Amino acid sequence: MATDSHADRSFVPGIDRPAEVVATQSRNPVRGVVSRIGFLAVLLGFTVLFIYPFIWLVSASLKPGADVFNGELIPSPIVWENYPELFNLTQMGAWTWNSTYVSLLAAVTVTISSALVAFAFAYFRFPYRGAVFAIVLASMMLPGAVTMIPTFLIWDALGWTNTHVPLWAGNLFASPFYIFLLRQFFLGLPRELFDAARVDGANYLRMWWSVALPLTRAALIVVFVFELKAAWTDLVKPLIFIRDVGLYTLPRGLKAVIDSPSIGGERHFELLAVGGVIVTVPMLIIFFLGQRYFLEGIATTGSTGR
Amino acid sequence: MTAQPAVQRRRFRRWTASERQVIPWVLLFLSPWIVGLIVFTIIPMGWSLWLSFTDYDPLTDVGNFIGVENYIEMVGDPRVSLSLFNTLYFTVLYVPLSVALSIFLATILNGVGGRWAGFFRTAFYLPNLTPSVAVGTLFLLILNGQSGILNQFVSTFGIDGPSWLNDPAWVKNGIVLMMLWSIGGSVIILFAALRNVPTELYEAARIDGASRWQQFMNVTVPMISGALFFIIVINTIASLQLFSEVYTMFYGTQQGMSSGSERAALFYVIYLFRNAFEFFEMGYASALAWVLFVVILIITLIQIRLSKRFVYYEGE
Repeated sequence: MATDSHADRSFVPGIDRPAEVVATQSRNPVRGVVSRIGFLAVLLGFTVLFIYPFIWLVSASLKPGADVFNGELIPSPIVWENYPELFNLTQMGAWTWNSTYVSLLAAVTVTISSALVAFAFAYFRFPYRGAVFAIVLASMMLPGAVTMIPTFLIWDALGWTNTHVPLWAGNLFASPFYIFLLRQFFLGLPRELFDAARVDGANYLRMWWSVALPLTRAALIVVFVFELKAAWTDLVKPLIFIRDVGLYTLPRGLKAVIDSPSIGGERHFELLAVGGVIVTVPMLIIFFLGQRYFLEGIATTGSTGR
Repeated sequence: MTAQPAVQRRRFRRWTASERQVIPWVLLFLSPWIVGLIVFTIIPMGWSLWLSFTDYDPLTDVGNFIGVENYIEMVGDPRVSLSLFNTLYFTVLYVPLSVALSIFLATILNGVGGRWAGFFRTAFYLPNLTPSVAVGTLFLLILNGQSGILNQFVSTFGIDGPSWLNDPAWVKNGIVLMMLWSIGGSVIILFAALRNVPTELYEAARIDGASRWQQFMNVTVPMISGALFFIIVINTIASLQLFSEVYTMFYGTQQGMSSGSERAALFYVIYLFRNAFEFFEMGYASALAWVLFVVILIITLIQIRLSKRFVYYEGE
């Protein structure tokens, strides 16, 4: 099989290899020190650039409204009340719950369905397999903007607009990108394992569930975490499908906060900051829990995770 | 991507017994994808193509066939040319900058050894985890008039920062800055590619007396050209479909935003979205979507063509 040459590589080629090419190898010691310092300055500069906005956002969310832009990082006084206030002014509690369960459902369904389809492409030898898989790859290129309107009309015809169903149920039908990713991992499993299971009398579904899936746990977590992030951060679907404010997800809710002058608007930047913190922090927690899987997933699949 | 195994050339090859025996199982395993392909890809594609030849209005549920009128209307619609201009302006600025910056940052990350490597990798990736609505919110604050933190920072150097959110000449540059902030995904991909470059190649180049820059151009760039190409394609496609962050900042019903900046931030997919779901011109929006699809397809094909000349694949 042409693709097998990749399969025997380790999970993420090279990402955990210790750095061998260290930046400075200059023979002149003074020049070496100077370029080492320059390197560190650039490294730290960019680190601050990427992290500082978060810290600033958290700081702004704890300030009295008038102080948001006062240029001080430590709020004085610290206004913890901004948080309950946003929950009181909006339906933040309901939005958080909606986001949580919709994202979990979306991630679970897409992981299982994509694993099922990917296994077929990796294990079975069936006629036109290459051609069918090419269709999977081709459908990955389709821009979401093209199918957006008719997909709305389909859910509308089914009577499911203004419910949470369209936000996750599409994931029951697998996603080309994850099929591609998981197939790579299934191809890496030795075939003898499955032959042994066959001898033991397991049918193919059982074999998939109890032999293939446990062995690709890491890859399944990659898919799960990716989709959790995608579903949690998505603004477009809730914009299109949800009308009732109580049914909003967090991103849609935050957009509503920005849009309503009485709560967000020009005067209450501290409450916008609160919303920004609340919608971001769960992603940070997920990331720190599944950090390994996240970075390895991106590196292997080449997804930018948008 | 490696080539698929050569498809059977013989036309009337009979399927073997084992192939025939597994077909029900194959269909069972593939069924989620097959249903999805039909219901959420093929039918929508056909439907939207049909809609693009109608004046369908979802409120009245009436659509008359009007031929290519939507497409003709696009040619004369000043908002289409405006949004195309804005989108191309952004893409032309963003894609080269993002590629250059992510190579630079990946190289830096690659130079960090030891215990701190993971920390910096995480730090560079963090902005990518920020939901697009939160990115929009954050940059509403960062780019805000004279008091936003960017202009505060710039003013410490005695520079009077522009009005990023209200001055039409600066709106798109502010958006480029915003999107460059969340560049971490590209950085990680290139970083992984850099790690895969065999160190022997650098040693050989050093022995040959190659300078750092020559090593970079003659060893690094060819060896990571596959990942580079991937990032260029993905970032181009994403740029052409820029929506959520900008919509968060400049559209909706918020007040105090000048119409000048709204025009400057009118990107193609935003115009498409507004036509479909705010003006309920779904026929016209479908025509917009199909034009976008064709444009993306053409650009991607051109990029694939070019890549054949410039991308080096191991083992070919």
